Amino acid sequence: MAVTVRVPTILRSYTGGASEVSVDGAATLIELLDKLEANHPGIRARVLDDDGKLRRFVNLYVGDDDVRFAEGLATPTPDGATVSIIPAVAGG
Amino acid sequence: MSEKGAFAVTTLLDRTSFGAAANLTCRECGATYPLGPGNACEQCFGPLEIGYDDDLLARVTRESIESGPRTMWRYGGLLPVTPVVDLQVGGTRLVRADNLARELGMKSLWVKDDSGNPTHSFKDRVVAVAASAARTLGFSVLSCASTGNLANAVAAAAARAGMRSVVFIPHDLEAGKVVTTAVYGGTLVAIEGNYDDVNRLCAEVSGEQEDWAFVNVNVRPFYAEGSKTIGYEIAEQLGWRLPQQVVVPIASGALLTKVDKAWREFGSLGLVDASPYKVFGAQATGCSPVSAAFKAGHDVVAPVRPSTIAKSLAIGNPADGIYALDVVRRTGGAIADVSDDEIVEGIQLLARTEGIFAETAGGVTVATLRSLLASGQLDPAAETVILNTGDGLKTLDAVAPVAKPTTTIAPSLAAFRASGVA
Repeated sequence: MAVTVRVPTILRSYTGGASEVSVDGAATLIELLDKLEANHPGIRARVLDDDGKLRRFVNLYVGDDDVRFAEGLATPTPDGATVSIIPAVAGG
Repeated sequence: MSEKGAFAVTTLLDRTSFGAAANLTCRECGATYPLGPGNACEQCFGPLEIGYDDDLLARVTRESIESGPRTMWRYGGLLPVTPVVDLQVGGTRLVRADNLARELGMKSLWVKDDSGNPTHSFKDRVVAVAASAARTLGFSVLSCASTGNLANAVAAAAARAGMRSVVFIPHDLEAGKVVTTAVYGGTLVAIEGNYDDVNRLCAEVSGEQEDWAFVNVNVRPFYAEGSKTIGYEIAEQLGWRLPQQVVVPIASGALLTKVDKAWREFGSLGLVDASPYKVFGAQATGCSPVSAAFKAGHDVVAPVRPSTIAKSLAIGNPADGIYALDVVRRTGGAIADVSDDEIVEGIQLLARTEGIFAETAGGVTVATLRSLLASGQLDPAAETVILNTGDGLKTLDAVAPVAKPTTTIAPSLAAFRASGVA
């Protein structure tokens, strides 16, 4: 089993156009982002700022849960989970 | 931004289709992109806004506006698209509210009543621009995530334009807003979640259905500009001048920031004197992330889970919250929030004093006005405009328990005499 990452349109240039990619062996979000970076160089810096914090206009979800309501980048990413990266600037 | 070559599409279009718009500019990092679909910066995820050609904006004069139609499109020279889809939006009344002013101890108060739009809320303005942009960009499906008013506006505009609509709403919306969307015959999808869940889903769906124009996702930069027209109208209706204070309800915060943008544009273009004004924000306590950030002195907005009768304002993770904070702080205004009981009282107060029936969002605004006066944050002597953004007929449930017949009597003169009504 692995974690499925849903990639927003504006990051698909890093994933060869794929809207979903699979990541193995990441226990938390921060580990997942590190592995994602190894597979798709450059993508981590789009999601995290220079201080390694989640960019203010990015929402991350593990399953249905906004990680800002959970443990942030330390939120666990169990096998079989889906992680969604979503631009925050929508709605209203 | 779109793999489907949206930029290529735009290059085939007549450049004048986009009015005075020049590009999409990231509000955070300043990166620019060609006009097309997309709402987030590829570099930093920041919000994209319309960048304008200043020379084209400068061509707009009072005379050119006054010679235009009596709709929001009289300000077309300041908008990012020419009207393709037109439901005769805008031109709503600005009502001098002397009775309410007297009740609240104010000197000069106006109500900008946007319930007079075709689907009875200010959302017709944003949709007019978004639908025209969607058509111009080659989309054939109009979609949105909505708390209700936008659903009405999108479904109606799509019907008028001969486009398919697919509208996503929280499953527990007011019955009135469900009916007034479904009647237009589009696809209406109720989501088992709150607005923030719906919004998140739509952001994901928009990445999959790239031939759908989600008005408040992938054409949001165009969409949001439509809200400027409520600000333009207020200034023109006051006789080409700005009020000293304005109270605006906050859901995403976009409307508040666009009223400010409209007045700054009018000032910089010389259409009005750039006189100072204060912008105040109104929220329901049951969904008050921006008010909480204002009170705490924060410049970030922590998301909340909404619980309020003001469902049209129930956005727990407001996209433009931080920018609303910026505007309020820059202009010396304030943001406050009011309870559900106060919202109902606000609706009743406006109805009783001015004969205007506002939806719950309007109740929030009136109640917040009263609260800001009580706290001394809003000056009772300064000319003030409040925005009623939607019609009370959409949220009848909110006031049904307190708006009932005074008495019920038999159809006889004797019963009338005995009733005490006289």
